Amino acid sequence: MPVNTLTLIGSAAAIMTAGAVALLNWTDGPKHSQARTPAAITVAAAPGLFSHAEPGEFLMNERPVPAPRKRVAISQPLEIMKYQVSLDEYERCVSLGACEAADAEGSGDVPVTGVSYLDAEAYARWYSEATGETWRLPTDEEWAHAASERFRSDIEPLEQDAQNPARAWLSSYQREVDLERKADPVPRSRGSFGVNSKGVADIAGNVWEWTSTCYARVTMAADGKAAETSIENCGVHVVEGFHRTYMSNFIRDGKSGGCAVGLPPDNLGFRLVRERPAAMTIADFQAQIRRLRREMFGA
Amino acid sequence: MFTRREALIGAVVAAAAAAAIPAFAAQAQTADIAALPRQKVSLVAPPFVHEHDQVANGGPKVVEFTMKIEEKPIVIDDEGTTLRGMTFNGSIPGPMMVVHEGDYLELTLVNPETNEMPHNIDFHAATGALGGGALTHVNPGEQVTLRFKATRTGTFVYHCAPEGMIPWHVVSGMSGTVMVLPREGLKNEKGEPVRYDKIFYVGENEFYIPRDENGKYKKYESLGESYDDTLKVMRGLIPTHVVFNGKVGSLTGKNAMTAKVGETVMIVHSQANRDTRPHLIGGHGDYVWEEGKFANPPAKDLETWFIRGGSAGAALYTFLQPGVYAYVNHNLIEAVELGATAHFTVEGEWNDDLMKQVDAPRPIPMN
Repeated sequence: MPVNTLTLIGSAAAIMTAGAVALLNWTDGPKHSQARTPAAITVAAAPGLFSHAEPGEFLMNERPVPAPRKRVAISQPLEIMKYQVSLDEYERCVSLGACEAADAEGSGDVPVTGVSYLDAEAYARWYSEATGETWRLPTDEEWAHAASERFRSDIEPLEQDAQNPARAWLSSYQREVDLERKADPVPRSRGSFGVNSKGVADIAGNVWEWTSTCYARVTMAADGKAAETSIENCGVHVVEGFHRTYMSNFIRDGKSGGCAVGLPPDNLGFRLVRERPAAMTIADFQAQIRRLRREMFGA
Repeated sequence: MFTRREALIGAVVAAAAAAAIPAFAAQAQTADIAALPRQKVSLVAPPFVHEHDQVANGGPKVVEFTMKIEEKPIVIDDEGTTLRGMTFNGSIPGPMMVVHEGDYLELTLVNPETNEMPHNIDFHAATGALGGGALTHVNPGEQVTLRFKATRTGTFVYHCAPEGMIPWHVVSGMSGTVMVLPREGLKNEKGEPVRYDKIFYVGENEFYIPRDENGKYKKYESLGESYDDTLKVMRGLIPTHVVFNGKVGSLTGKNAMTAKVGETVMIVHSQANRDTRPHLIGGHGDYVWEEGKFANPPAKDLETWFIRGGSAGAALYTFLQPGVYAYVNHNLIEAVELGATAHFTVEGEWNDDLMKQVDAPRPIPMN
C-alpha cells in the first residue's frame, strides 16, 4: 500500500504547513508574518446524502417547470473555508499583483466584496500557488452541502399556469415581497452571521458567494426526470446566499448586474474549498518537502 | 354720488354690456367668491391621490388644502444614503391637489418653527406674483394662505421658489403637482369622454449628494451644512440619484402599483427640474397629454412620452395583459443604475392572441 502511505504523509505535510507558519509568526513576530500566507481556517463537512433542487432553468412541454430534485452524494469530507475570504486576505493577492483590486465595502475583518467570478478565480489560482495546495470555488452541490439547513434554492414561482404565464411572474414577485428581506449592503465582520450546523460561518448573510457551477437551460424529457437537452452558459455562474441566483462572470455588484425585477444580492464574495490531496507521486512529495524546508529554514 | 353698492351693480351691468373693465369685474368676482361653497380636502401621500370627481359635480367652489413643510433627513437608497430633505407635507413629491376648471384653490402653507429655512410656493397653474411665490414667503413659525383661480386645465407642477435658493429647494424635494380637470371631465381627440378607474401619481426627482474623499456619500447634521457641497454637485449637472417618489425602490416590491386587466389607469408624471421620458415596459400610453394640458387633444398610442423639466404630464392606459410591468424613465441608465424604476403588478387572464411563446428556448437545430 505505498500509495496510501504517501497520501497520509502528504496530509500530515499539509497540516505541518499551517503549524509551521503559526510557529514562525509566534517566534518572528508580525513583521515576518506579513510576507507569509497563513492557511485559512477550514471546516471538514462530513460526507452526506441530500435532496437538492438543481440549478438553472427548466422547461417541459414548452413551459417553465420547477427545478427537478436529485439525490446528491458527497462521498468525501468536504474541506471548505469556515469564513468567506476576507478583505485583508484578498488584498494580499492584490498587493502581489495577482488579483485586481476589489470594489470592496467596509473595513476591519470583513469578507471581501465587490468581486466578480473572474476575481474569485484569480484569487483561487494565486492562493493555490501561495500555499502549494489546490484551492478552488465550490460547486453548487458542494456549497449546498456545506450550507446545510441554511441553503435556499432559487425563489421559484408558487403558481404555474400553462394558459397564463403571468401567474408565474406574479407569484414569484409576491414570494420575494413576502420574504420581506430588506437590503443590507454593509459587510459585517466575519462571523457576524453565526455558524450553521456544520460549523460553517456566515452562510446566507449579506454576502452572496460565487460557485464554479455554470448556468444551464435544461429541457426535460416527457417523464420529467431526465434532461432531453441542456445548454450550458459558462459566461454566467451560480451565486449562493440568502437565495440562489445567477450572475455574469464579470459582475462585481449584484444590484446593477440583475434585471429590473428580482431580489438582488447585497454583495458578491466567495470562499474556497481545499481539494483533498489525491494520491501523491513521489515527485510531488519531494517537491512539497523541499518547499517546507524552504519555508522553515529559508532558501 | 354713487354708493359702493351702486358702483358694483353699475360695474356688473357695464361688464355684462361691454364685457370689459377688468378691475371692476375682479371686484365683483371677489364678492362672489365669498358666496361660493367651500370644500376642505385632506391630502394623501403619493403615489395616491385624494378622492375626487372626474366630472365636476355642481358649480365652481373654493377647495381648501393645508400643507405643512417638513425639513428632515430622508434615506434615498438601499445603501442608507441620506438627503437633507425639504418637503411639502412630508413626502417627495408633495401631495397632488385636484380641482376643476373655474374652482378656486386655497392653500394654507405652514412653516413650523422647528424648520431652518424660509419657504414659499410657486404654482405653475396660477397666474401672477411668480405663481404665488411672491405672496407666500413664510419664515419658520409662520403660515400663509393663498387663493388662486384654476383657469387652465391640466397637470401642473408646484415648487418652492425662495429667492437665491430656488434650485436647491427643488432638488431637495420641494415640488408637487396640481391637477385641474375640465368640469365635464377628460375628452379624447374626438371629443368623446374618457375616464380612469385608478390614478397613480409618480413624481420624479433627481438628487445631487456630495461625496467625501473616498467616494462615500456624505451625511450632514443640518441643511445649512449641506448647502455648499450640494451646490457644487448641482453645478456639475450630473445627479447621483434619479428616483420616483423620493427613494430608490419606493414603488417596487410591496409598494408596487397594482391594476387589473381591463382597468384604465391614469399615470401623472411630474418632474420639476429636469427632462424625463416615462415608458411602461410591455404597455403603451393609449392617450397621453405629454405637456399635461387637457385643452390639447391627447397623443395616441405612444411608446415613450416626454416630460419637460418643470412640467407634469398625464398618460391613460388600459391594461390588456397580466404580469409584472416596469414603469421606467427610459434613459435606462437612470432607470437601472440611478433608481428611476417602478413596478405595476397586473392580475387577469392572459391573451394568447396578443402574445404567445410559440417555441420555448431550445438548442438550435443542427441540420
